[in-house]
Amino acid sequence: MAEKNIYLPYLMRVAKVTDEAPAVKTFRLEFVNPEDADNFDFNTGQFGLYSAFGEGESTFCIASSPTRKGYIECTFRAVGRVTHALAAKEEGDIIGFRGPYGNLFPIEEWRGKNLLFVAGGIALPPLRSVIWNCLDQRDGFRDITVVYGARSVADLVYKYELRDWQERADIDLAVTVDPGGETHDWKGKVGFVPPIVEQLAPRSENTIAIVCGPPIMIKHTLPLLETLGFTSDCIYTTLENRMKCGLGKCGRCNTGRSFICKDGPVYTLAQLQELPAEY
Amino acid sequence: MATTLKISAASLAALFAVLGDAGRRILGPAEVDGRIELKAVRTLAEVAGDQIQPVLSAKETAFPRVERLLSYRMAPGKVELQDYDPEVQPTVLFGLRPCEAAGFNSLDAVFNWDTRDKFFNARREQLTVVGLSCTQADDACFCTSVGGGPGSTKGSDILLTPLPEGGYLAEILTERGEALKDLAPALFQPANGEDKEAMLAKVEPSFEHQGLAAKLPGLFTSDIWAEQSLRCIGCGACAFVCPTCVCFDIQEEADTKQGQRLRCWDSCGLRQFTLHASGHNPRSAQSERWRQRIYHKFGYFAERFGGPMCVGCGKCSRACPVDMNLKEHLTQVYEV
Amino acid sequence: MEALRTKAKELLAQGEVQVVIGYEAGTAGVRRPCFVRTAESAIRLVWDTNCIGNLAGYLTRPEIKRFGKPAIVANNAVLRSLLQLVAERQLQQDAVLALAVAQDGVVTELPTAQAVEDYLAISPGGLSAADREKMEHLAQLSREERWTFWQRELERCIKCYACRSSCPMCYCGHCTMDCNRPQWVSVPSHALGNLEYHTVRAMHLAGRCVQCGECGRACPVGIPIHLLTCYAEESVHRQFGQQAGTRAKLDYALGAFRPDDKESFIR
Ligand code: SF4
Ligand code: SF4
Ligand code: SF4
Ligand code: FES
Repeated sequence: MAEKNIYLPYLMRVAKVTDEAPAVKTFRLEFVNPEDADNFDFNTGQFGLYSAFGEGESTFCIASSPTRKGYIECTFRAVGRVTHALAAKEEGDIIGFRGPYGNLFPIEEWRGKNLLFVAGGIALPPLRSVIWNCLDQRDGFRDITVVYGARSVADLVYKYELRDWQERADIDLAVTVDPGGETHDWKGKVGFVPPIVEQLAPRSENTIAIVCGPPIMIKHTLPLLETLGFTSDCIYTTLENRMKCGLGKCGRCNTGRSFICKDGPVYTLAQLQELPAEY
Repeated sequence: MATTLKISAASLAALFAVLGDAGRRILGPAEVDGRIELKAVRTLAEVAGDQIQPVLSAKETAFPRVERLLSYRMAPGKVELQDYDPEVQPTVLFGLRPCEAAGFNSLDAVFNWDTRDKFFNARREQLTVVGLSCTQADDACFCTSVGGGPGSTKGSDILLTPLPEGGYLAEILTERGEALKDLAPALFQPANGEDKEAMLAKVEPSFEHQGLAAKLPGLFTSDIWAEQSLRCIGCGACAFVCPTCVCFDIQEEADTKQGQRLRCWDSCGLRQFTLHASGHNPRSAQSERWRQRIYHKFGYFAERFGGPMCVGCGKCSRACPVDMNLKEHLTQVYEV
Repeated sequence: MEALRTKAKELLAQGEVQVVIGYEAGTAGVRRPCFVRTAESAIRLVWDTNCIGNLAGYLTRPEIKRFGKPAIVANNAVLRSLLQLVAERQLQQDAVLALAVAQDGVVTELPTAQAVEDYLAISPGGLSAADREKMEHLAQLSREERWTFWQRELERCIKCYACRSSCPMCYCGHCTMDCNRPQWVSVPSHALGNLEYHTVRAMHLAGRCVQCGECGRACPVGIPIHLLTCYAEESVHRQFGQQAGTRAKLDYALGAFRPDDKESFIR
């Protein structure tokens, strides 16, 4: 009785490399084996382990939408051994992918609601998957608002898509950079994300807020949303702990009663408040 | 299923030869370089008698300290993956203490919930556990506080219990145990109402594990963890010797043409365990790591799988360089 | 022992130190580290011939440093570690009050590195007789026999890092073992990984090992790993005439140049 090797990755060809920001890249990945492509499916919010053969695996979310078939995209910053090795890959190179792992953003439950996305820095990718997913089925949702901020103009990711969204009438986008991070021709906002959200004062009724960003942004944004009337079960975020297996076995991602790789990475604020702050 | 038989010391010695002839590897506690270690033995005489248990647990037989998960070859624009199947030999774990035998249940749970880990299973399926009840215990033992006992049958395929008149009571507990017995049924005799308890060690319970688990949620922010862990030096000894600790790391070893992915033991007590490449560490203080160890074993795991991830073997306490006695610490927590 | 408790009580009551690092009674006669922070709890302290562990590793741990000025119950190993930590600028000359306890229980306060040096000059201590014997035995073996001995021992290593964690001189915040860019040392505890780890550690302790034997005592699987670091230390002693843990001002023998250095390694 041959069992499957759950640690064996899919082989993926790097089909396209996009430089997003300093040390940040987006890969479009296609399955080397067409059969894998046919059988593969995922949900927004899920993640994977990407291997640079020779160096190891690293965890990040799938940044593309499941509505776009045949490929996946991921966006990452080169910080450690594996991400640096990945960043050195070029179009045509082969990397590994294990996944999809983890739970999902319950967008089916959000149908008919307003959506407010708040993202900071390199944390836009997990939300981008949701945003595209919702835009691709635009009729299903009411107002879609996105507030996105980064340290500087250069640090903004998906600049080409931000321009696109800016022009679309069916999505409200506010892009901001930290004071001092603007260029002379910057037309967006200047300021930290939380005050910008405060200015916009989005309606909380019938609205789901999806927040993702550096700890400091999260720390200031969550209480603000609560004052705006968002209840803790209508605020979602996604966690990124260190992971090794993605399968609920290696113990690395364990935080409180939760295994982030199995029970997460998507949590409502209400669920998060139940966990110790070990992330 | 369980049937209770008897086996004399001489027949047990004869059983070793039968097992050897049947191609079974026998691993038992034996002396090597002045230390008691789990080692391949051929005869009963080689098995160390007067001892509590080896330092390392038998988990290595199903979950080795280092093992390959896959390998690959690389060429420009090409990667060739190679799956891997471990080579395993049918093995009898002889003389495992009931606590350690029970430890396999925790490993089974983690490696097989949700998805099945073929590496663990391939090895585990080849193991037959012949447990040996304890006639002595020490200050580190606390099996009776976590649902076990010196004569507990949990996790054994056959459990041997020494009898005052010599020989052993042999409880045949599982199909695997039955299969082993069937290799030499004549060596076993029917039992005759012998008292299993007669020679068993006495281990007084120190706390009650459900009660302990119920206490934990309210103690998360207590000072007790910092206080208890002050002397902890944050090594991995306690986790590495533990029969139930399963946390692992995945490491890559490669040159420019080929490489392999290896799984190795890891420990939540080590600072590097949760350290991110960015430098951020969700559990940066030793007290937080100590608390994680306790909460994972007695809280989170128990909640998910229905019992503590600890069999009270005391290996961690004996191995700890600074005498972090788990029984003592848990009793303290229980009594808060 | 009473003298020690009285002294600790006094020091804590008068606020001269905020913590006394000492030994307390542990499981089955074992003596283990304890951290006394109030005069009332000085009663926990014990002192006898079982107090062999080296407590000096705690002097550089953040959890303990937080308490404030420490006094430390000191056997000779602790004193040697103290000097070496001062020499390596991990401790200030007078940051720690050492309480040396003699066999008869008399407590001597050693408030400065100079006082520690003077005290050690009279009774230096060092490797135990048993360890000395093992070292000599190993020295007598042939190169092949020694290789076999260490291979056999290192095969047992599970890379729990208890040796590193217990060593007073392994205080580095970012150890070479944990560095993965580049991955200098192979992480898994297979033959190569173990050999690499222990050679690198021994090399990093050559000229720095205070020969307390703590790493060997800490090893759960009983590898006498201290014999390796002690050997490296003694080899530096032989070649450069200086010994770790003897002076508060000591250059790192392998990192300092002296005009009279032998240059026999350059061929
Ligand atoms: S935690 Fe300690 S006592 Fe419990 S199973 Fe592990 S080694 Fe044994
Ligand atoms: S409890 Fe003991 S064995 Fe475990 S990490 Fe702490 S010092 Fe090491
Ligand atoms: S303490 Fe022993 S087993 Fe642990 S890493 Fe050191 S030598 Fe290896
Ligand atoms: S990443 Fe291994 S358990 Fe979650």
